[in-house]
Amino acid sequence: MYMSSPQSTSVEALLAPRKRPYKVLVAKLGIDGHDRGAKVVARALKDAGFEVVYTGIRQTPRQVALAAVQEDVDVIGVSILSGAHMHHVKKLMEELRKLHADDIPVVVGGTIPIPDVEPLKKMGVKYVFLPGTSLKEIVEKTRELAEEKRRLEGED
Amino acid sequence: MPSLFNKEEVERIRSEVERWEREVVPQWLKKIPERMEEFTTLSGIPVKRVYTPADLGDYDYWEKLGLPGLYPFTRGIHATMYRARIWTMRMFSGYGGPEETNERLKFLIRHGETGLSLAFDYPTLIGVDPDDPLAEGEVGIVGVSVPTLLDMEIIFDGINMGEVTTNMTINPPAPVLLSFYVATAEKQGVPYNRIGGTTQNDPLKEFIAQKSYVFPPEPAVKVAMDLIEWSVRNLPKWNPISISGYHIREAGATAVQELAFTIADGIEYVRQLIARGLDVDEFAPRLSFFWDSHINFFEEIAKFRAARRMWAKIMKEWFGAKKRRSMWMRFHTQTAGVSLTAQEPFNNIVRTAIEALAAVLGGTQSLHTNSFDEPFRVPSAFAAKIALRTQQIIAYETGVADTVDPCAGSYFVEWLTDEIEERAWRYIDRIERMGGMLEAVKKGFPQREITEASYTFQREVDESKRFIVGVNIFRSEDIDEVRNVPLLEFDQEEIERRQKERVKKVRSMRNKQRWERALDNLRKAAERGENIMPYVLEAAKAYATLGEIMGALKEVYGVYVEPPIY
Repeated sequence: MYMSSPQSTSVEALLAPRKRPYKVLVAKLGIDGHDRGAKVVARALKDAGFEVVYTGIRQTPRQVALAAVQEDVDVIGVSILSGAHMHHVKKLMEELRKLHADDIPVVVGGTIPIPDVEPLKKMGVKYVFLPGTSLKEIVEKTRELAEEKRRLEGED
Repeated sequence: MPSLFNKEEVERIRSEVERWEREVVPQWLKKIPERMEEFTTLSGIPVKRVYTPADLGDYDYWEKLGLPGLYPFTRGIHATMYRARIWTMRMFSGYGGPEETNERLKFLIRHGETGLSLAFDYPTLIGVDPDDPLAEGEVGIVGVSVPTLLDMEIIFDGINMGEVTTNMTINPPAPVLLSFYVATAEKQGVPYNRIGGTTQNDPLKEFIAQKSYVFPPEPAVKVAMDLIEWSVRNLPKWNPISISGYHIREAGATAVQELAFTIADGIEYVRQLIARGLDVDEFAPRLSFFWDSHINFFEEIAKFRAARRMWAKIMKEWFGAKKRRSMWMRFHTQTAGVSLTAQEPFNNIVRTAIEALAAVLGGTQSLHTNSFDEPFRVPSAFAAKIALRTQQIIAYETGVADTVDPCAGSYFVEWLTDEIEERAWRYIDRIERMGGMLEAVKKGFPQREITEASYTFQREVDESKRFIVGVNIFRSEDIDEVRNVPLLEFDQEEIERRQKERVKKVRSMRNKQRWERALDNLRKAAERGENIMPYVLEAAKAYATLGEIMGALKEVYGVYVEPPIY
């Protein structure tokens, strides 16, 4: 038998300003109910140390943009499996611009046909995660985007 | 209890297997280790190296299996099964407006499909009209837009509704769509006793998985029970409910969870209907089920067989059903959409064929086979035809339909059938202790179990504990194959515009007095707690729109908002 020792913490670490965890909005845009992917990704991001806000289903572009601003998130992750991604993402980008929040990077996942990937990127989407993307890749790319946003804000 | 196997012989086999594990297997393992430390089904059930009569032990043939068409129906609900009639080939179809869908249905009928199944778009699924703000950008994409009786009339233009049965995958607005269907059939001159088909009308799984709910759980169940009660008394050939595991599975449940939660839903509905004063043998023969057929071949076959045995037992022993038909679990099956990959999409044809075969070996009454292009969009006619042909090849070339329940007696399949059943009973016990499925759903129990299972599965895929060809094993970076898939193309914006115009036209042309009275009567009936079906039917005939009828009901019943669980 042995006792585990309490974790030793250095004085420097205790004095250093505590970094806010990266915050992500996971949003179900549109009216489809397929929330499996959104929930799995939300959980993976949470397990990777992100603070996650999940909107639940049936959100309008306006609601998602407002939530992103109110929650002051670093990244918006949109999940759509209704095929209406072109329409809704375009609207979301417009709403973010209206709120002067178009500095928040947007990533999209779902059943997206390959020919739609480039047009989505032209709208300003940073990454399109196609079916079969690993959670690891989603977490890594989301972290990169969050880091970059914090750097631009001068927080890091 | 008479045992299938001689007791002494079973003991001898058991000790021989032990000796084999001790003396023979290690020599083989020394030469080549096994591929994995532990083999499990997709549901995580451990799979042994080999199965023998020793795994079945004290096996009572009559209690567990019986004969086809006889209790407990493990081997099939009909004595002759596919030797008499091949399962119904029922392709889930619909996109765009009613014109596009009418054309697609006729295409499939020409190629040998034997039943129809309508896929609705999202606005229809959640009961809003095409000109509702929520419908923006969604009209006609994942299915057909049907906001009025006129749209239903166009879908069935030139299709004899007295000769074909139609499934409608519709839930909260099921009373409305059934009314559109019945009113259209009436216009075609088809009498009520010849109108056949199915409304999904399964509210509990909406909260558990499919998430196209509208009303809160209690009124949602009430409305569904209204439809069932009305249907069993007016439409003798209609299946008023399709108690669905499919969406539960697709949302990430294991096979055991799919089986347990769906049967628990069924138990809840039976209780609700009995509480209304219906006799169990009056409605039970009209209850139908809907399962997923996933890629883990034997697990699916075992699941279907266990499902039949469990339901028969529940109906007979719990609810005292007397009619044989009341004990039948009749079901439709769809191959697993979630097993399809966007990578190398043509491989999906193979996956679908294997899953369809499992459904047939499991004794399904009707079957939808997915198209290979469905990871991207609703299927093209070309892809849908291949999916239909897959069923036809299984039915007419392979010979698997020539004898009933050919997997029976496989030590593995029978052991797995028992194992899945036992695991499902354990879940059902827990749900019973919570006060039944309506209570369990309100507590979020099945929702949380599924969320856990789907996350576990995804992690296993990420960690290469589960393989998906083209995704995490044998992966090719060549995406030309994907680019070359000929996807269904249609002008969605044009369809949305057309559907908005049509619904406006219908509103302007109908008899305003009749329409107003119908909606008013519906609202009052709902407030009084009466069965709403006759009132919805009258409103539909008065050309009230889907959004108007659902709007009136929402005023009375309210709207559900889900607490986000992940």
